[in-house]
Amino acid sequence: MAQTPRSEARTGLKLISPTAIYVILLLAVPLATVLVYSVMTGGRGIVSFPLTFENYAELWSKSVYGYIMLKSLLVALVVTAATVILAYPVAYFVSFHVKPERKSLWLFLITIPFWTSYIIRVSLWFVILGYGGVLDSTLAVVGLQPLNLASYSILSIIIVLAHAYAPFAVLPIFVSLEKVDRSLLEAGQDLGESRWVTFLRVTLPLSMPGVIAAALIVFIPTVGDYVTPELVGDGKEPMIANLIETQLLKLQNFPQGSAFAVASMLMVGIVSVAFVLWNRRFIGGAK
Amino acid sequence: MKKAPGLRSYTLFYLLFLYGPILLLPIFAFNDSRVVAFPLQGFTTGWFAEMAADQNLRNAAKNSLIIALSVATISTVLGIFAARASVRYRFPGKGPLMSMIMLPLVLPEMIVAMALLVVLLSIGIPLSLFTVILGQTLICTPFAVAILTSAFQSLDRSLEEAALDLGETPWSTFRLIILPLVMPGILASFLICFTISFDEFIIANFLGSGQPILSVYIFGQFRFPAKVPSMLALGTLLVLLSIILLGFAEYMRRRGIAKAGGKVSGGFL
Repeated sequence: MAQTPRSEARTGLKLISPTAIYVILLLAVPLATVLVYSVMTGGRGIVSFPLTFENYAELWSKSVYGYIMLKSLLVALVVTAATVILAYPVAYFVSFHVKPERKSLWLFLITIPFWTSYIIRVSLWFVILGYGGVLDSTLAVVGLQPLNLASYSILSIIIVLAHAYAPFAVLPIFVSLEKVDRSLLEAGQDLGESRWVTFLRVTLPLSMPGVIAAALIVFIPTVGDYVTPELVGDGKEPMIANLIETQLLKLQNFPQGSAFAVASMLMVGIVSVAFVLWNRRFIGGAK
Repeated sequence: MKKAPGLRSYTLFYLLFLYGPILLLPIFAFNDSRVVAFPLQGFTTGWFAEMAADQNLRNAAKNSLIIALSVATISTVLGIFAARASVRYRFPGKGPLMSMIMLPLVLPEMIVAMALLVVLLSIGIPLSLFTVILGQTLICTPFAVAILTSAFQSLDRSLEEAALDLGETPWSTFRLIILPLVMPGILASFLICFTISFDEFIIANFLGSGQPILSVYIFGQFRFPAKVPSMLALGTLLVLLSIILLGFAEYMRRRGIAKAGGKVSGGFL
């Protein structure tokens, strides 16, 4: 049954419409609302005219807000760097040194922890790092001083986030390493390069798209993480998500909260675009 | 395969780091002490008994189950529509529509939750389990679409054309030919959405208005040191449950791709 392009288009649109309508109503409309609210005037639980950029000005002028935004950005970048760097050798090992039929078993092993309850994993760190917790009591058994890491909030937030998002980073890097043409490596070594130089000049640049994808996959949820600062940092080191919650829910200041939400989306957007542009360089160079 | 002892031991160490906290779960769930610290104090199954006797916990588990089943069903159905449309048909606006559907994958969850919350509060819809279902479906649908897209892609188009040529209607072709072939993909999508929803915290917390939901309940209980051991017992069970569900989902996904004549590669993502 041959279809004309026109009837094909109609069938396609009809088919996608339930999902599309759902997403437009529950995602596009709310995001647009937040955008509009962020330039409105408001008090406790109300939004009103006139339109204003006051909420954004507030964000700029109050150093607390700037500090929290900047802190979230830095924490997320440190976590991203740590996760990607730690994950790279693992992905490399699975791609280059594991027999093909065993690869998916290794990947499955690496991804399982990611699928086990996020709340429980994060809460466990609370028990591990906390005062008199697993880490300190273990150190005490060995005869060492307790570290009481939980009191260094930002450090413990970084450790916990790096652990929580670790499996995210392995898969994209693995996929890009799998695509590396093995004959290029042989060529490099035949031409007298050492293995290390071959890695730096061939494998690493060719796998950069995977590295950057991994960075993005880790960066986005980390920068917006709510649970870890709330639980591990004892609420003493709020990040963006906690700030948005305070403004929107506790203070019921919809316009201000919306402005924070939009600002953080912009931040995520700018960093993502930077990553994607960086990636383009490598894709271009790979040709 | 070249041997790489350094890389190998690094990878094993990395796995230990990944699994470390999870391995603590059963150790302390059976440890006879309220204090979660070494040295261990002896064996007990008391924390499991305490957990089983907790009425609030049972309520929360029941609510989570209702939510997860609904979310998995709705997301998978929405996923089927979107995946089928995008794999099989060309139509105007396909790119933007699909990006919109996949958008929650690249938005911090907090933003999705807050945007939805602002709208619900503004138009006066009371928060309930229903609003949690609405929100989580948004998060799960992209996963369903991703899984189902690969299921639909591995379909041989000629099977469908043959059925149509032999006089089946488009709907009966879908029901008799396509649906059975993508069934493993549908099951995988259902299981994965179920797992994501069951674990999900942000939307459950903010769109649930304090209704007892498992993840929210666990989050609350960890603040009381006395409650921690029974939460570890619960955690042990939940981890076992997710591993079983995911193992099954992965098995179905592979079977589905193999059935359609494709080659299995990679993992879920």
